[in-house]
Amino acid sequence: MSQHAEKTIKGETGDWEIVVGMEVHAQVLSKAKLFSGTSTEFGAEPNSHVSFVDAAMPGMLPVINRFCVEQAVKTGLGLKAKINNRSVFDRKNYFFPDLPQGYQISQYKDPIVGEGEIILDMPNGATVVVGIERLHLEQDAGKMLHDQHPDQSFVDLNRAGTALMEIVSKPHMRSSEEAAAFLKKLRAIVRYLGTCDGNMDEGSMRADVNVSVCKPGGYEKFRETGSFKHLGTRCEIKNVNSMRFVQMAVEYEARRQVEIIEGGGTIKQETRRYDSKLNETRSMRSKEDAHDYRYFPDPDLLPLELEQSWVDSIKASLPELPDEKKARFIKDFGISAYDAGVLVGEKELADFYEELARGVDAKAAANWLNNEVLGRLNRDGLGITQSPVSASANNAIIRMMGDGTISGKLAKDLLDIVWSEGGDPVQIVEQRGMKQVTDTSAIEKAVEAVIAANPEKVEEIKAKPKLAGWFVGQVMKQTGGKANPAAVNAVLKTRLNLPDEG
Amino acid sequence: MSVDKDTVRRIAKLARIALEEDRVEPMERELNGILAWVEQLQEVNVEGVVPMTSVVAQKLKMREDVVTDGNIAEAVTANAPVSEDNFFVVPKVVE
Amino acid sequence: MPLPSKLTDFTLAEARDAVLGRKISSTELTKAFSKAVADAKPLNAFVTETPEKALEMAAASDTRIAKGEARPLEGLPLAIKDLFCTKGVKTTAGSNILNNFIPPYESTVTQNLWDAGAVMLGKTNMDEFAMGSSNETSYYKPVLSPWRAKNSNAALVPGGSSGGSASAVAANLCLGATGTDTGGSIRQPAAVTGTVGLKPTYGRCSRWGTVAFASSLDQAGPMTRTVRDAAILLRHMASVDPKDSTSVDTPVPDYEAGLENGVKGLRVGIPKEYRIDGAPPEIDTLWQKGTDWLKAQGAQIVEVSLPHTKYALPAYYIVAPAEASSNLARYDGVRFGHRTKEAVRDMIDLYEKSRAEGFGAEVRRRILIGTYVLSAGYYDAYYTRAQKIRTLILRDFEQAWEQCDVLLTPATPGPAFAIGEKSNDPISMYLNDVFTVTVNLAGLPGLAVPAGLTADGLPLGLQIIGKAFDEATVLRAGRSIETAANFTAKPQHWWAA
Ligand SMILES: [Mg+2]
Ligand SMILES: [Zn+2]
Repeated sequence: MSQHAEKTIKGETGDWEIVVGMEVHAQVLSKAKLFSGTSTEFGAEPNSHVSFVDAAMPGMLPVINRFCVEQAVKTGLGLKAKINNRSVFDRKNYFFPDLPQGYQISQYKDPIVGEGEIILDMPNGATVVVGIERLHLEQDAGKMLHDQHPDQSFVDLNRAGTALMEIVSKPHMRSSEEAAAFLKKLRAIVRYLGTCDGNMDEGSMRADVNVSVCKPGGYEKFRETGSFKHLGTRCEIKNVNSMRFVQMAVEYEARRQVEIIEGGGTIKQETRRYDSKLNETRSMRSKEDAHDYRYFPDPDLLPLELEQSWVDSIKASLPELPDEKKARFIKDFGISAYDAGVLVGEKELADFYEELARGVDAKAAANWLNNEVLGRLNRDGLGITQSPVSASANNAIIRMMGDGTISGKLAKDLLDIVWSEGGDPVQIVEQRGMKQVTDTSAIEKAVEAVIAANPEKVEEIKAKPKLAGWFVGQVMKQTGGKANPAAVNAVLKTRLNLPDEG
Repeated sequence: MSVDKDTVRRIAKLARIALEEDRVEPMERELNGILAWVEQLQEVNVEGVVPMTSVVAQKLKMREDVVTDGNIAEAVTANAPVSEDNFFVVPKVVE
Repeated sequence: MPLPSKLTDFTLAEARDAVLGRKISSTELTKAFSKAVADAKPLNAFVTETPEKALEMAAASDTRIAKGEARPLEGLPLAIKDLFCTKGVKTTAGSNILNNFIPPYESTVTQNLWDAGAVMLGKTNMDEFAMGSSNETSYYKPVLSPWRAKNSNAALVPGGSSGGSASAVAANLCLGATGTDTGGSIRQPAAVTGTVGLKPTYGRCSRWGTVAFASSLDQAGPMTRTVRDAAILLRHMASVDPKDSTSVDTPVPDYEAGLENGVKGLRVGIPKEYRIDGAPPEIDTLWQKGTDWLKAQGAQIVEVSLPHTKYALPAYYIVAPAEASSNLARYDGVRFGHRTKEAVRDMIDLYEKSRAEGFGAEVRRRILIGTYVLSAGYYDAYYTRAQKIRTLILRDFEQAWEQCDVLLTPATPGPAFAIGEKSNDPISMYLNDVFTVTVNLAGLPGLAVPAGLTADGLPLGLQIIGKAFDEATVLRAGRSIETAANFTAKPQHWWAA
């Protein structure tokens, strides 16, 4: 059912296809760490959110945080994935100053969540299904500061031991746009679920992006056979921290690989870093020595066994997720799949829309949100949750526009007023006399006044009926914009004997 | 199975234990002595046997998500060979 | 029963009754033991002596007793193996890498003891990171056994790794001591020093705050002069600890309660695989004696088979080093412990030098073996296979329990040996644990009880193995052996100045 946008790289020797897979680390939105009772709060004093357990002092032992397990299960269910009722925590052994135990507690052979999927709606209308390989729970490492001293590094373990969900996709993305869309959709899902705040600036979500290139047809063969030999050698770009950088990194990396291969070279499987300032990827030399992580089950922990009834109760409590919301919006509101997709992309936006569209024409509401509200937010550099005019105030404005109380023009003016001054739109309309004039006698009066003041225009319009617009404008001016334009048109037509249009 | 000198050097590297070149050969001998002795495990038929993950017949206990620890940076860094402003300090690392 | 004339000759139970009955004060008792510790320097049983702290604790105990607020172990001086982290008191694990480590926390086991009123005399010497069977791998020099063979002044090992604790208990330097047992490290030194050592069921005593060697095998336990003392001490070491995921949620019973109930009707299994070639005939003779003693007291003797016994030791020497290689990765010179003073090129150099300097030969050897068996391409052949064999060993015991309630075996393949005698041959050293290690692999309780002397006048012990969490029955059977053996021999007091 996947229909990818046609996207290939033109090389000197022909076309190349891009294949992308991703490993996303999403920090569980928990108060305490995965195996210790220390706070996960961001931005604390050095080593203040560190316990003896986090610092791996002799004799310290891990005890797992139930909430973190629950969030992993919830996320797995949100990815429509298989929940493994028995999973195992393993030790991944390596030495690094930000890794106090000398091993990371992670899950290797038996992760808590197995295969699932994420559906991407691309702007061209294509629907792409990206397989999820697995999700596992693991500890985050600490942080190193290298700029405090010319020949020393400083180690802060505040982040060490924080719970991460590592979500591994299958290599099912075929372009930089799909890669960015995957991360965006995954972020939306975890934010809907409330399992991760998706805050990429603070590192709550980081993506490792695997990129390879192959000759056209290679990917299809891979999908048919499952054999990776049809794909090119991949490089892993570590810790990319925004959608835009994911897109740029994939583009750069794919081109780099094509150039190497076409120049007669081969791609070396390696870890690379994306430099957003230079827009390039670079080999990470320090991570290059042959790794042998010596995974084995952590003997300080027993296998994690989940009661099916617990998993069921988590499932029963899941909120409506983007895909379901989108289907409901299309069905209930009659809006386009694309509009619905955009609206559900952010839970707060979808919530805003639902409130805004309550009891009014849903398409008009969608247009209003897109053109008026989002336009102004964009102009002011604000997010949807920071909108100065609430969804219900917008709803009131749309209602007044719908029932003819105010004109569309006045509605926009009204939005501007509430935007900058605040207040209740209904009261403002009352107090400032912004109600639309539909009373024909008042309009007729205004029409007569305009005709009387412009006899030469009356002559012109007989030859050029298109000039009617000018009259409408004048009448509106006379009425302070409150006249109902349809009524003005009707009066003018009768008074000036204008022919029917079309 | 047995180890050769390169393997001894490789595992010492993995274990981050400096091994002087003149210690490689004796270590190779010692390790091979032990490996030869454990070789007898190969004669056991382990087909279908589940490897032990724990001798305790118990479910993994879980804690609640409550902050109960932390704000002890002084104590955490008190034993550090080198520390500054509650940071642990190490020679410059190139990441 | 009349009380001993010397305070240091009291058993833990006698001292408890005398202190709680206000016949003696904790301060008197503590002073006597602290002096014994100070006088026993030649044994090298302690790494750190804490006489001031002991006196403080004793004074506090005496105050409580006076107020009628005495706790079960009030004022009783104990020695603590230097593997248990003690808040504010140096804890070395017998290693140079922790030479200046002062834990800012207290292990659960020792905290339990202090909460019960006990007094700390100091920290006992041990094999480095508990890796050894003779206490010769300690960075702080070997411990000597208080025992000497007849007509010989040769220095003997006290066994290991809890050799300092064993020596201290045997020489009456404390009322009892804590030990830890990963492959026999409580029972083997207890047996060769004529003392009682109990390794409880895995999960009975919390591992929190005890320096880890091999997490799936390590278990703390008491080392005492009598079975009753072991029962008393275990009750106050054991607990259900929410800080240890492998601590088992089973209430701690009063082990002393049924101690004298005897073995009438108890089914005692004799595992035929524990009869090994090359063991001295004295071992077999003693084992037979033990069997006869229990039979005479009404036990029913059954021959059982534990077919995978011979694979226990080699399986152990894969599992334990593998876990140790990972557990000891945290000793990296960054957050605590030894950091090389030499100039270093980079972080890797710092790790390699610090760890090479900080760890002794046996620890380095085991870390390398452990690293190797976990490495890519070897993991299944070694580690997975060894863990499968563990499953088979546990299954052997479970099948035996269909026929018997406890097992009786020798505790060691021989008596204490001379210092230096086995230190150049790792495997012959490892074989000291041949009778004890099966119990660790299966997580079961095992008790070593002194049962007799060799012709040379050196102690030998017997081992009672029980079902998981059935320490009460193990202790009851051990008590029957103790009564029948009537082991009253004590080493000559040659070490005191
Ligand atoms: Mg990864
Ligand atoms: Zn990861």
